[in-house]
Amino acid sequence: MQSADTAMDMEMEQEVPVLAPGHNLTSVTEKISSIVLERPLSPAWVLGFVFCSGFVLMLGTAVGYLFFKGTGIWGVNVPVGWGFAIINFVWWIGIGHAGTLISAILHLLRQSWRNSINRFAEAMTLFAVMCAGVFPAIHLGRPWLAYWLFPIPNSMKYWPQFRSPLLWDVFAVSTYFTISLVFWYTGLIPDLATLRDRAKNPAVRMIFGVLAMGWRGSAQHWKRYESAYLLLAGLSTPLVLSVHTVVSFDFAISIMPGWHTTIFPPYFVAGAIYSGFAMVLILAIPIRAVYNLKDMITERHLDNAAKVMLATGLIVAYGYVMEVFLAWYGASASDKFLVYNRFHGPYAGPYWALWMCNIIVPQLLWIRKVRKSPVILFLLSMVVLVGMWLERFVIVVLSLHRDYVPSSWGMYYPTKWDWMTYIGTLGLFTAAVFVFVRILPMISIFEIRMLLPESEVKH
Amino acid sequence: MNDLFGIMAEFDSATDLMRAARQTHGSGYREMDAYSPFPIEGLSEAMGLHKDGVPLVVLIGGILGACAGYGLQYWVSAITYPVNIGGRPLNSWPAFVIVTFELTILFAGLSSVIGMLVLNGLPQPYHPVFNVQKFERASQDRFFLCVFATDPRFNLTETRRFMEGLKPLSISEVPN
Repeated sequence: MQSADTAMDMEMEQEVPVLAPGHNLTSVTEKISSIVLERPLSPAWVLGFVFCSGFVLMLGTAVGYLFFKGTGIWGVNVPVGWGFAIINFVWWIGIGHAGTLISAILHLLRQSWRNSINRFAEAMTLFAVMCAGVFPAIHLGRPWLAYWLFPIPNSMKYWPQFRSPLLWDVFAVSTYFTISLVFWYTGLIPDLATLRDRAKNPAVRMIFGVLAMGWRGSAQHWKRYESAYLLLAGLSTPLVLSVHTVVSFDFAISIMPGWHTTIFPPYFVAGAIYSGFAMVLILAIPIRAVYNLKDMITERHLDNAAKVMLATGLIVAYGYVMEVFLAWYGASASDKFLVYNRFHGPYAGPYWALWMCNIIVPQLLWIRKVRKSPVILFLLSMVVLVGMWLERFVIVVLSLHRDYVPSSWGMYYPTKWDWMTYIGTLGLFTAAVFVFVRILPMISIFEIRMLLPESEVKH
Repeated sequence: MNDLFGIMAEFDSATDLMRAARQTHGSGYREMDAYSPFPIEGLSEAMGLHKDGVPLVVLIGGILGACAGYGLQYWVSAITYPVNIGGRPLNSWPAFVIVTFELTILFAGLSSVIGMLVLNGLPQPYHPVFNVQKFERASQDRFFLCVFATDPRFNLTETRRFMEGLKPLSISEVPN
């Protein structure tokens, strides 16, 4: 049964191409650029954008009230001093990781199927890191002192503490955002030139012209371009692995039971890619249906993304099992108590829901029919995103609510402001995606051209 | 300088462009460039351009980033703002590895993009090739080869005749 399934998989990979047949240079260029340049604004887009913007307003309200009143409006208190802000920060940063994996790591591995999904996956990275960045900035308590995080000369002659993982986070996340942005922009330059040359409206032509910086597709330029792009991919690869590693250090460097463990970096990175691919599918499935891009984002892409999810999900499962095993095998009573608490404590519900969402339900991905069904994949990705959010909830809250001193035990209940902030960032993310698909080519045109048989030089 | 920037030939495919570039280079022209809507492997080599310079820029950027990253932390933690925590060394290098690494990547990554743009002479608001109406398809579905008037072998009639021999779709003179 197992081997039959694999054999069928291999057969299918030959059947479903990365790019549907029948395309040529002209049709590819026209199809992708017309979404930006010619497609009229649909009422559905306007409605969706307005709906998401409503949540952005809600985020603004929640943050405004937070700045007015202080972090007391949130559910955080002793002993659970880290609540939604950290959970959501880790969740969003993790989602961003799939974009870099697709654009950098799969580029280095010469996986040409990535060419059709790297552009919007990179955009997803940027928007996710933006949403993540909201939380550390607002959870400071005195956000007007946020500049204390950076090594800026100041009148107090104060400097940051470079031995703290929280400061490493500042450097890791800001480097990640910067490099993701320039990587994305570099990838866009040739496509911006295409849009400049196709735009009929002089103002639009002017905007794309400025953004394309005079790109003319010269052979020498392409050579340097490819070299720079390859180097950026090579630099982004260790960077993306380092970012979630550093995020996991926020926990692992501490001495809390359940946090102080060496398994955290690899298990955080795998979890990040797991949730990121779930988000890629959540974006790709409606986009390919609405914009009729099923010939460019084919079943092959969905299938491959599902396989990456399955693999990283199993790494995450290994992490969960190891946490339990090491608590049993190790000599720390606190670790044993933490696992007991996860199984039977007041937050056992979220813990078992996490197993359900992240480990048990995704095993459906072994079935080929599931990987080929956009609807099931979409729902399954939702389940995984919920699961990954629960994972961060379990990590953050469960270790803190029963710490070393029983007299300080307590519970954590998020308030409506916590929820408004979190749901508000979901709105911010979706609104950004809505804008992106209308103003920039969401599929890399020049990289799709490279998938065409006619782009090969025949000797 | 005269009014002519060069002569441009239009081709239908990457294969035709590659063949034309080889022939033009082979017959002694050096000041030339080819334009395509996607990167074509070996095209710039076919015109005698082998080095691109970007890797060296990135290497220098990366080394500078590493020095800046470690230097900043050393200066802050050991010189200007020393904090004695239980007598631990002020230059606690294992804790400094991460920020050093991040700044190495940051500097190297930025220098790859900036280096690529600067070496390419971008941003460039004006370039004569855009004077040719058909050239707008160079970013879409057509391939162009341009021999510059600055080439010592350049001669309007002869070069034009030579380029007609390459069997292009069309030939245009590029005004400066």
